[in-house]
Amino acid sequence: MAGAITLPLHMQRDRYDPPSRMAELRSAPGLEAVNTPLGLHAFLATRYEDVREVLGDAERFSSAGLPALPGSDGDQRVGNLLALDPPDHTRLRRMLTGEFTVRRIRRLQPRIEQIVADHLDAMERAGSPVDLVEHFALPIPSLVICELLGVPYADRGDFHRRAAVQLDLTRPLSERGAMAAESRAYMGTLVDRATADPGEDMLGMLVREHGDEFSRAELVGVASLLLIAGHETTANMLALGTLALLENPEQAEAVRADPAVTAPAVEELMRFLSVVHSGMPRRVTRDTEVAGTALRAGDFVVVSLPAADRDRALVEDPDRLDVGRAAAPHVAFGHGVHHCLGAPLARMEMATAFPALLRRFPTLAVAGEPEFRSATVVYGLRHLPVSW
Amino acid sequence: MKIRADRDVCIGAGNCVLAAENVFDQDDDAIVVVLQETPEGADAEAARNAVGSCPSGALSIEET
Repeated sequence: MAGAITLPLHMQRDRYDPPSRMAELRSAPGLEAVNTPLGLHAFLATRYEDVREVLGDAERFSSAGLPALPGSDGDQRVGNLLALDPPDHTRLRRMLTGEFTVRRIRRLQPRIEQIVADHLDAMERAGSPVDLVEHFALPIPSLVICELLGVPYADRGDFHRRAAVQLDLTRPLSERGAMAAESRAYMGTLVDRATADPGEDMLGMLVREHGDEFSRAELVGVASLLLIAGHETTANMLALGTLALLENPEQAEAVRADPAVTAPAVEELMRFLSVVHSGMPRRVTRDTEVAGTALRAGDFVVVSLPAADRDRALVEDPDRLDVGRAAAPHVAFGHGVHHCLGAPLARMEMATAFPALLRRFPTLAVAGEPEFRSATVVYGLRHLPVSW
Repeated sequence: MKIRADRDVCIGAGNCVLAAENVFDQDDDAIVVVLQETPEGADAEAARNAVGSCPSGALSIEET
């Protein structure tokens, strides 16, 4: 599948690593001219400093200027925080932030521990070997975001399938657009149900507390984004992170043995793997320059999050996974106003899941060829066979 | 050192609370609350990390 298209440079990987060309670009002056999957001519930022400059300035670098996917319902960007600039972005995001404070997320810890334990039990019952993606990495974040949002977990087969197509860059744009419309239609039914009878979940809370400030389409857009972002990203971090740990047994042992290693290890895995290739391309709003490269109003800039996170300006020896190093201010969750809203939740899921998995199965090992997925918005693994 | 926090700029990411729990908190809307304006010792070091990892640029340090 991935062979059917030429992946743009900022989505290419060599297992965990950005392609070697990224290192050359980081040490060359200016920004590189590239083409994006949507056929846009764009400039690529690879240095940590440049990536932070672009993502940190929503006024010069807009997220709102991308052409819509053909075949979608035209509504697709309404409520999609990723495709909005301040002040619209600020208004919608502020209605959600209270749900994602560090304190609120910490209250979910016992439930997340329970969900992880249940899946480890089920994995043990299924018996060695299993596909870790199917039994662990995907279902845990899916169940967590479903419970949080108020989405029936029984519907997961359908929304996993739709999300997979939407994020698959080898699919025709029209098919991806149509699938985005289908996802919105599904979420529309849940929003209508929550509007009629708001429950204790996040959809219910948004209706109760902010019902007058949201249009229906905005609520559908926000909820659709949270559902996709809540399972695709963390699932791939759990799968790819487990593989990276198992291939570096001394690092897996450190995570298994010492609870104090967990938090910095999660940050290091985020930095090292940076599963989101780039986030939304940014449209330049006025003539400006970055790293000495002149940019014209209307140009696009894409950033490489993995390249920035492998910059020596961020950490020493950046191409080495070292869960023992001090947490670095990486950009794997993005930077600027679009920095991942769910970061505290994702961190807690990872900090709970990795050590629990490694402790339950002390002999856990890779039991076959892992299948990487690269032609997708989120990098990761399609399958990871493991045994114990 | 003196910590400055611009609550209008804050996006509620919570990185500061994770980096320096003794220095920062979030209100019910996730917006930053400074618990110690002039942290010292280990708290000062943690606060520097928090400022470095703030995605919105809401935090700054004034050296005194």
